[in-house]
Amino acid sequence: MTAALDKDLVGLAPLSAEQIRLILDTAEPFKEVSERPIKKVPALRGKTIVNLFFEASTRTRISFEFAEKRLSADTVNVAVSGSAVQKGETLVDTARNLEAMRIDMVVIRHPSSGAAEFLGRRIRSNVVNAGDGKHEHPTQALLDLLTLRDKFGRIEGLKVCLVGDVLHSRVARSDIWGLLKLGAQVAVCGPRTLLPRRIEELGVTVFEHVADAIQWADALNVLRLQLERMEAGFIPSVREYYRVFGVTAERLEKAPRPLTIMHPGPMNRGVEIDSRVADGPHSVILDQVTNGVAVRMAVLYLLAGGKPELADAAKRGGGPGGPPD
Amino acid sequence: MSRPERTIILDARALSRALQRMAVEVLELAHGTEHLVLIGIQRRGVELAERIAKLIEEDEGVVVPRGALDITLYRDDLETVGPKPVIGPTHLPGELTDKHVVIVDDVLYTGRTVRAALDELADFGRPRRISLCVLIDRGGRELPIQADIVGKVVKTAPGDRVDVLVEELDGRDQVDLIRGAPSGVAA
Repeated sequence: MTAALDKDLVGLAPLSAEQIRLILDTAEPFKEVSERPIKKVPALRGKTIVNLFFEASTRTRISFEFAEKRLSADTVNVAVSGSAVQKGETLVDTARNLEAMRIDMVVIRHPSSGAAEFLGRRIRSNVVNAGDGKHEHPTQALLDLLTLRDKFGRIEGLKVCLVGDVLHSRVARSDIWGLLKLGAQVAVCGPRTLLPRRIEELGVTVFEHVADAIQWADALNVLRLQLERMEAGFIPSVREYYRVFGVTAERLEKAPRPLTIMHPGPMNRGVEIDSRVADGPHSVILDQVTNGVAVRMAVLYLLAGGKPELADAAKRGGGPGGPPD
Repeated sequence: MSRPERTIILDARALSRALQRMAVEVLELAHGTEHLVLIGIQRRGVELAERIAKLIEEDEGVVVPRGALDITLYRDDLETVGPKPVIGPTHLPGELTDKHVVIVDDVLYTGRTVRAALDELADFGRPRRISLCVLIDRGGRELPIQADIVGKVVKTAPGDRVDVLVEELDGRDQVDLIRGAPSGVAA
């Protein structure tokens, strides 16, 4: 067990390729759990998990909640509105108060980059980053990796292009780390105003035109264009964005081979992606959603069991408490 | 501590004979194949269930439904031993309700694996009967669980280890007893 995870999952940047593969391999059998008549296993029975969401999220929160419930954990959702946070309580105070009620894990979504790591250093519970500012969204990238591995049978050597607003996207950052660590080739394509400066230094190719990216790639991950970016002056208009960077059926027809299409959701149909593409035969967007639950189950399971000091104590003691036959 | 001492308790021929006898006993216990379902416990149990199913097929000319169960997620010791590196697949051959399920595993020891398997099966349906068939019963039970069909009974101490090797995974059929193996890796 060389690849065990640390106490927290804050991002893919600090993980080794072996740790990422461990999570993906562990996610595999969890897919089957969601197909059972009773979609539940007792692996995390008695664990209490708090979903602490400082930003609106539907898909990610529900996906985590399903993952927790299918592992038999007890869950509490804390949303910012109506909580003590609005009364001025700090993040650490909120978490310490929760911890005083004996919780085991915190799943946190926060608008500030680094919030998950900050919290993880200050509380004993395991912390899972469900998106922090523009930093990382590790479970989203893990489900992207799992979906690509399902589709192609491998990640190594795959050519994956992220299209759109890379600058503000924590999904893009986590994807880039994960894909590069597992040996994929990564490119980005989008308006220069929405690409981080010097992104090439990460080992990423930059395409100016979507047509070029389509010629090159095996798969596109189409990022969501947040409509407020237009008001902030990053792009002239949504229509122009669609005309220049939209992933359309016409553009994809020119690809040398069918491209696998991913999107982290929620989609803006007719802005970054054409409906015919999103609903087309090569779209794996809903597979991503299905895999999201399995990947999150794997992460929670691995973190919950990853208490090496207990494992060592059990090994020293031998006898009862050792592994069963 | 002295060096662990390894003795062969079943060689390939003895293992084959044991399986043939177990296949016959499974048929007797289930009164034929009509309601019979064989469920192997990951990993060696799955291979043994497959062998027994094939032996029954040769004798009876019927295909016996078989499945595989990984009980990792039903274990009661996640906290103390940590997660297993990789969990094997679980797949069951259709509806279990009203079937006679025979659980097949390589070694019966504390009984905790079987306890977990019973819990897991209950989440898939309500078999009419569940029986237990193991290649090696090494004693040392921590729960009130007994096998219906046993290939061989071996007396062991807590520090011993029983290694079941099967052709499909290990390249040969053999069962070894290792005396005085380091504790904590008991099999």
